Amino acid sequence: MKILVCIKQVPDMESRFRVSGAGDWFEEGDLAFRMNEYDEYAVEQAVRLKEQLGDLPEITVLSIGPDRVGEAIRKALAMGCDRGVHLQDPEASRKDPWQIASLIAAFARDQGFDLVFTGMQSQDRGSAQVGIMVAELLGYPCVSTIVGFAYDNGVITVRRELEGGTRGVVKLGMPAVVTCQLGLNVPRYPTLPNIMKAKKKEILPLATAGLSGEERRAVTLRLHRPEKRGGGVVMEGEVNDMAERLVGILKQKAVVPR
Amino acid sequence: MNVLLVCECREGNLRDESYELIAFAERLGASRAFVLVGGEDAVPRAEGTLYLADGARGGEYNPELHKRIVLAAAEREDPDCIVFIHSSYGWDLAPRVAAALGAAQVSEVVAVAGDGTFEVGCCNAKLRRTVAPMTSRTVVTIQAGAFAPSGLPHGVPTVVRLDLADDSPRIEFVGYEAAEKKGVDLGKAEIIVSAGRGVGKKENVAVIADLARALGGELGASRPVVDAGWVDHGHQVGTTGQVVSPRLYVACGISGAIQHVAGMKKADFVVAINTDRDAPIGEVADILVVADVMQFVPALTARMMQ
Repeated sequence: MKILVCIKQVPDMESRFRVSGAGDWFEEGDLAFRMNEYDEYAVEQAVRLKEQLGDLPEITVLSIGPDRVGEAIRKALAMGCDRGVHLQDPEASRKDPWQIASLIAAFARDQGFDLVFTGMQSQDRGSAQVGIMVAELLGYPCVSTIVGFAYDNGVITVRRELEGGTRGVVKLGMPAVVTCQLGLNVPRYPTLPNIMKAKKKEILPLATAGLSGEERRAVTLRLHRPEKRGGGVVMEGEVNDMAERLVGILKQKAVVPR
Repeated sequence: MNVLLVCECREGNLRDESYELIAFAERLGASRAFVLVGGEDAVPRAEGTLYLADGARGGEYNPELHKRIVLAAAEREDPDCIVFIHSSYGWDLAPRVAAALGAAQVSEVVAVAGDGTFEVGCCNAKLRRTVAPMTSRTVVTIQAGAFAPSGLPHGVPTVVRLDLADDSPRIEFVGYEAAEKKGVDLGKAEIIVSAGRGVGKKENVAVIADLARALGGELGASRPVVDAGWVDHGHQVGTTGQVVSPRLYVACGISGAIQHVAGMKKADFVVAINTDRDAPIGEVADILVVADVMQFVPALTARMMQ
């Protein structure tokens, strides 16, 4: 069995973002980057499947982006993926989901992957398009937003998360693409020995030029802060002082009993 | 401009969010048609052409069949824009339709501009992107709640039946599993104090629970806290947990992801405690306390107990 896991590196969402000079993306220089949280669940599920099947599957982890995404690939290798593929593209943040999906599909098309895991969306753009578009391009069936995964004898049973806590139970065969939602599993922390082992694993660099010539279908014109709706009070200062003021306001507004 | 609105059916019923599609079409000033995979009972109250395919025959989750039905309706209507709700149904189906049509897709639109560009959230709603489609036809998903219907729905659509079937489905829908009902009914709670990722670790949730007790309220939680196993799912507030409308909602270390805000924005009074002055939760908070949750909450609890 051959498994592909597609991951993205994103900024830490707690960061203070500054809009870049060009005005269409954020300034990346002062940000800390990490693996997209949804993709950690995808990596974990692939590694669990490999463990279930007695190490038989080979897991390839793929990421697109500038040099720094090598760190995210390395983490996935330390979590248990076997080999990395880095589609080198310093301009990846300007590509739309269709172009990204086309690059992944162009790489995967002749590789005979039985299963493709992706996160259901990225934390920065949150378009939730790439995984499903990869499936469409490869002609694989796809189930998105899974919070449960079981494999038995070539049949995959997944639980799809719907609104209000309801889940849909779905079965499908392989090859297939599944996109992973938060809570699917508990992603492991790489152990030190596995981090050391990961350093020896192969990361294949590939240029994206020539891989897929798809034009972008949508373009980001501008990145900006949402307009403040205002109205709310911002309290800053010493903790006990703020607690006293807040209790005063809550009592005054009769939100809590006097 | 001509839009095709893709309505949603769940377990035989029209989902109310379908009416937000109409509000979106009105915002664009577009003429509209509808498509629905569902039964006669789920037909929306609206005027216009409705392409109706039998949900019982196709199954409610058969994305490949649903894609073909939407494409069949699109072929007849030739819409400039195909619109979905950004829901588990819409975000699953929209990329399939966009890929098939060679159309740009813009996800989770929160606003539209007169020049044909769309506003979408970015980085946990801290930022917004202005996106321009480069194709003549666009597939759009709209953020649930962003386009409120202007009035009560009315009218009877002209139903055009689409008779399609999937002879060899590659995906088998087994059935639904209801949410676990154990835990508290936060829907009735007057006061809710919720723990978010900012509480740091499982042991710290007790500090948030202490404040909930001191205020005579219930403990709530955001999704990451539930996913991490710090709190049971029964306490989760948000679109995939419980939608609440308390008198007071205290968000402790919650950044304000869209799905969480959608679950608590009906609260009368919202207090948010966060170290990040720019956290999106500040947008819906009546009071944003800029502080470390683990320092501020015990101080607040002590004050309440005095």
